[in-house]
Amino acid sequence: MSVNKISRRTVLRGLVGGTAVTVGLPMLECFLNTNGTAYAAGAPLPRCFGTWFWGLGLTPNLWEPTTTGRNYQLPDHLSALEPIKDKLNIYSGMQVFLDGKVNQNHYSGAQGQATGRVSKNGSDYSTSIDTIIGEQVGRGTRFRSIEATCDGDSRTGWSARDSSGLNPSETSPLALYTRIFGDGFTDPNLADFTPDTTAMVRHSVLSAVSDQRKALLRSVSPSDRIRLDGYFSSVRDLEQKLSFELDRPTPLPACTVPEPTSDDLGPLVSQVENTHRQFARLIVHALSCGQTRVFNLSLGSAFSRLRTPGEPSGYHSLTHEEPVDPTLGYQPKCKWLGEQCMAFFAELVQELDGIREGDNTLLDRIVVFGFTDHGEARMHSMKRLPVLTAGSGGGRLNTGYHVAAEGDAATRVGFTVQQAFGVGSGSWGTESNNVSKPFSHLLA
Amino acid sequence: MTPHSINRDVRGTHTVAALCAYLVLGASVPNTTAQESALVRLTTAQYEHSVHDIFGKSIKIDGGIVDPGMRENGLLALGSRKLTLSAAALERYESLARQVATQVTDRRHRATLIPCKPQTETAPDPECASQFIDRAGLFLFRRPATNAEVQSYVSMAGSATETLGDFYDGLGAALVGMLVAPDFLFRVERTEPDPSQPDTQRLDAYSRASRLSFFLWNTTPDAELLAAAESGALDSDAGLQQQIDRLLSSRRSADGLRAFFSDMLGFDGFATLSVDASLYPKFTKNVADDAREQTLRTLVQHLLDKNADYRDLFVTRDTFLTPALAAVYGVPLPRSQELGGAVPWVPYRFPEGDPHVGLLTHVSFLSLHSHPGTTSPTLRGKAVRENILCQRVPPPPGDVDFSLVQDASDPAFRTVRQRLTEHRENPTCAACHRMTDPIGLTLEVFDTSGVYRTTENGAPIDTSGTFRRQPYADVVELVPILRNDPAVTSCLVNRAFSYGTARMPSTRELSWLFDTGAELMDTEVTWRDLMRRIARNEDFYTNVFD
Repeated sequence: MSVNKISRRTVLRGLVGGTAVTVGLPMLECFLNTNGTAYAAGAPLPRCFGTWFWGLGLTPNLWEPTTTGRNYQLPDHLSALEPIKDKLNIYSGMQVFLDGKVNQNHYSGAQGQATGRVSKNGSDYSTSIDTIIGEQVGRGTRFRSIEATCDGDSRTGWSARDSSGLNPSETSPLALYTRIFGDGFTDPNLADFTPDTTAMVRHSVLSAVSDQRKALLRSVSPSDRIRLDGYFSSVRDLEQKLSFELDRPTPLPACTVPEPTSDDLGPLVSQVENTHRQFARLIVHALSCGQTRVFNLSLGSAFSRLRTPGEPSGYHSLTHEEPVDPTLGYQPKCKWLGEQCMAFFAELVQELDGIREGDNTLLDRIVVFGFTDHGEARMHSMKRLPVLTAGSGGGRLNTGYHVAAEGDAATRVGFTVQQAFGVGSGSWGTESNNVSKPFSHLLA
Repeated sequence: MTPHSINRDVRGTHTVAALCAYLVLGASVPNTTAQESALVRLTTAQYEHSVHDIFGKSIKIDGGIVDPGMRENGLLALGSRKLTLSAAALERYESLARQVATQVTDRRHRATLIPCKPQTETAPDPECASQFIDRAGLFLFRRPATNAEVQSYVSMAGSATETLGDFYDGLGAALVGMLVAPDFLFRVERTEPDPSQPDTQRLDAYSRASRLSFFLWNTTPDAELLAAAESGALDSDAGLQQQIDRLLSSRRSADGLRAFFSDMLGFDGFATLSVDASLYPKFTKNVADDAREQTLRTLVQHLLDKNADYRDLFVTRDTFLTPALAAVYGVPLPRSQELGGAVPWVPYRFPEGDPHVGLLTHVSFLSLHSHPGTTSPTLRGKAVRENILCQRVPPPPGDVDFSLVQDASDPAFRTVRQRLTEHRENPTCAACHRMTDPIGLTLEVFDTSGVYRTTENGAPIDTSGTFRRQPYADVVELVPILRNDPAVTSCLVNRAFSYGTARMPSTRELSWLFDTGAELMDTEVTWRDLMRRIARNEDFYTNVFD
C-alpha cells in the first residue's frame, strides 16, 4: 500500500470467532517526519498533562519572587527550581474562595484547585481537571491516566472522573512497573509484532459484559445510575487498554524500557525521595512510550507525614507545633521540608526534560500542574497559595514567567491550562471560584 | 439514680417523641417505591471470601487491597454505597479474575468444579458450558442467572473457544466475564412490594439472603441459604430465624465479627501506620501485625466463645499475646517463637492492679491513634468519642497556634498535660477539648507504641480526670465508668445496623434500635443476641433512605 492511499484514520474491521474486533491501522514509520518528532502531515506528537500535589504549601514571604514577568529572580526558598526556571511558571497571590463554607483543613484548598469547586463536606468530590483535559488528549492510549502517591496511602490523590469517588493511587513503584511494563506491554520500537489472541478474547468478553448494562441501568436509582455509568466507563477504559495492546504500536524513538524497581515505602524523607524518584521515572517512561498521556502524582496526603528519623513530629504536626523562630521569622524545620518538596518537583521536571525527542524534549509537549492545599499551613490559610506549572504543552503555554495575581481565584491557573489545551468552555469553577479570563499573556 | 433508670425515663420520652414524629409524617413511612435496585460495592475481603467459598480454598488469589474504600459516618460499609469502581480497580479485578479462572479450569480443579466433560476439548460445547455457567452464576450473582445471561456467557465461551482452540480456556474467558460483571462485584439489592404493607418495598428473597450472609459471615450466601431464598423460607419469620440460628452458631460467624469490628475500630489505618523505630525500638513490624490480631482474637473469644457482655471488653484483663507483643506489654510469656516459625498465640490474663485493662489499653488502639513520634491525647480521646461512643467531635478552628505543645524544654511544661493547659482553660478550646482530652490524658501512661510509663521528661504523669462528672484517678478507675455509659451500647447497636444495611437508620428505625439497646443493657449485651435481634427485624431488609 502506498502512503498516498492510506491515512491514519483507516480502520480495519476483523472478525474473531464471530465477534467483531476493531483494529486500528498501525502507525508506520512513513507517518513520522524526518526528525521523528511529528507525523508527516505536520501534526505534532501528542500533548500530555500531569498534576503534581504536595501538602502544606511553602513558607510565606519567602517563596514569592519580588519581580514579575520573564526575568524575575528566584528566591532562595525556591532555589531547587533554578535548573528548570525557563520552562516553569510561578503564580503568586492566588486564593481559593470558600463562600461561607467551613474551611475543611487540608482539603478545600486542593479540592478547589483540582475541581474548580469547594463543597460543604468531604464526600462530595467531583470531576477533576485531569479528567477534563484527559478527554481531549488522553483518548486512545493504553491507560486513561496513571495515579500514584509516594506515602503508601492509596487514598491520597485528587483525581476523580465524576462524583462516585476519587481514583485510588498506586502506592508501590514495583506494582506500577508490573502494570505498565509487565504483561501486555509491547516495546514500540521492536521490529515484529503479533497481536495476542488472549487479549482479543478478553476484549470481546468485556464488550459483551458492557452489552448487558441496559437491563441493570433501567432498574437502579438515579444516583446509582451515575455509579453504574462510572463502572461501565471503567470497563470501556479496560477495553481501550486491550485495543491498544492489540494495535501495532507507533515507533517512538525516545521510548526505552526502564529497569524494574524495588520498594521502600514509608513517610521518611529518604523513603519518599526514593519512591518519588521511581514513580517519576516510571511515569516519564510511560509517557515517552505512549502508554498514557495523563498522570497524577502526589507526594502524599495533604496531612503530610513527611519526617526525618528520630524527629517526634511529622511535617503536618510541625507546621502546627514548631515555634516561629523570633529572629528568623519562620519555622526552620518546616521551611526545610518545603524545600525538599520543591527539590522533588524539580527532579520530576528534569526527568521529563531529559527525554529528547528530536529538537525538543518530552517536557515541551506536556504541562505539569503543581498545586498544594494551603498558603500557610500553620494557619490553614487559603490565601497566597503557591501554584506552579512546568512545560509548554506543545508550545501552547508560554513559560519562564512569574505571574503575581493578587487576590485572584487560583482556579485561573487551571483554567488557563485548559485553554492552552483547547478544552472546556468559556469559564470554569463554581461560585467565587468561577473564572472566565485566562492569563492571556501566557497563551501562545 | 442509676444509669439504667435514667435510661428508662429518657427512653420513654424518646418513644413518645418518635411516635409523635411517626404520626406527624403520616400513616405511611416513606419507603420509596420508585427505586428497585441499589448497589453496594464488595470489599476486597468479601471478594476473596466469596471466591474461596465458591471455588474452594485452594484457589490462590494474590492478595493486596484493590481499593481502600471511603469512610462515611464512621463506617467503610456506608461508603461502599457511594463508590463506584475506578478504571485502575477494575483493571486489577480483571487481572484477579484471570488468575481465578485459570485455576478453576486447570486440570487439577476441573474435575471437581466443572460438572460435565465437553464432547471434545478443542471445540465449543454449549451444553456443558451452559451447565457450568448456570451453576456458577447462581453463586456468583447470588441469585439464579437469567436465560439471557446464561446464553450470553455461553456464547462468549464459544467464541473464545474458537479463537483459543481449547474448551476450558474458552470457559475460563467467560468465567472472567462473570467475575468482572457488576452483578458480582456489586451486591445488587433488588426490592419487591411488601405483601403485608402494599405501598412499601422490601428486599426480595435473594437480596435478603445476601444481606444476611454478608452481615453474619462476611461472605456470599452458601447453597443452603440460597435454597432457603428460593423456597420462600426466608419470607417467613420461622424460616428466617432458622437460617439466622444456623449462621450464628457456626464458627464462620467469627469472620463476620472480625469484619465488623475492623471497620468500626478503624483497623484500615494499619495499612498506613508508622511508628518511629528509632524512638520506639520495641515496635517492630511483627508488633504492628500482631496488635491487630490480638484485638480481633480477644473480641472473638470474648463475644463468641464466652458469649460475654460487649461492655466488659473495656474492663477485661483477658487477652492473647505473642512474644513480640509481650515485649511491648512488659510481661513474661511462657512461649518462644522460632525465626520464621508459626506465631504462637498464648491466652494471657493481666494480674489485678495491672494498668492493662480492656480494649483501650491494647497496642492496636494506642498506636493507631498517636503520631509516629509522639502521643496525642486529643487523637485518642477523639477515637474513643467517635469510634466507641459514636459522638461527633467538631474539627478544630483554622487559626490555632500549637507551638507551645512542642516546646518540651520549658520546665513548666514537661508533660503533655501541662502543655495542653490552653485546651482546658481557654473557653473556645475547652468546649470541644473537654470531650477528648481527659480520656486521652489518662491514657498518657501508654506511649505511642503502647509501652507503659509513669513519667514524661522526668515529671510524673497525672492520670486523673472526670468522665460525665464522675471523677477517677487512673485508667483502672476510668474504664468501669466508660463501660456503664449507655452510649457504648447504643453506639454498637447503631453501628451494627448501619454496617449490615450499608445505610444510616431512618428516624423510625433509630427508635427501635434505641429500645433494643436499652433492653440489652438491662440484661446482657451479647453479640449473638444483638445480631439476632437486628437480623430478625423486618426493617433490616428494606432500603429506606431518609
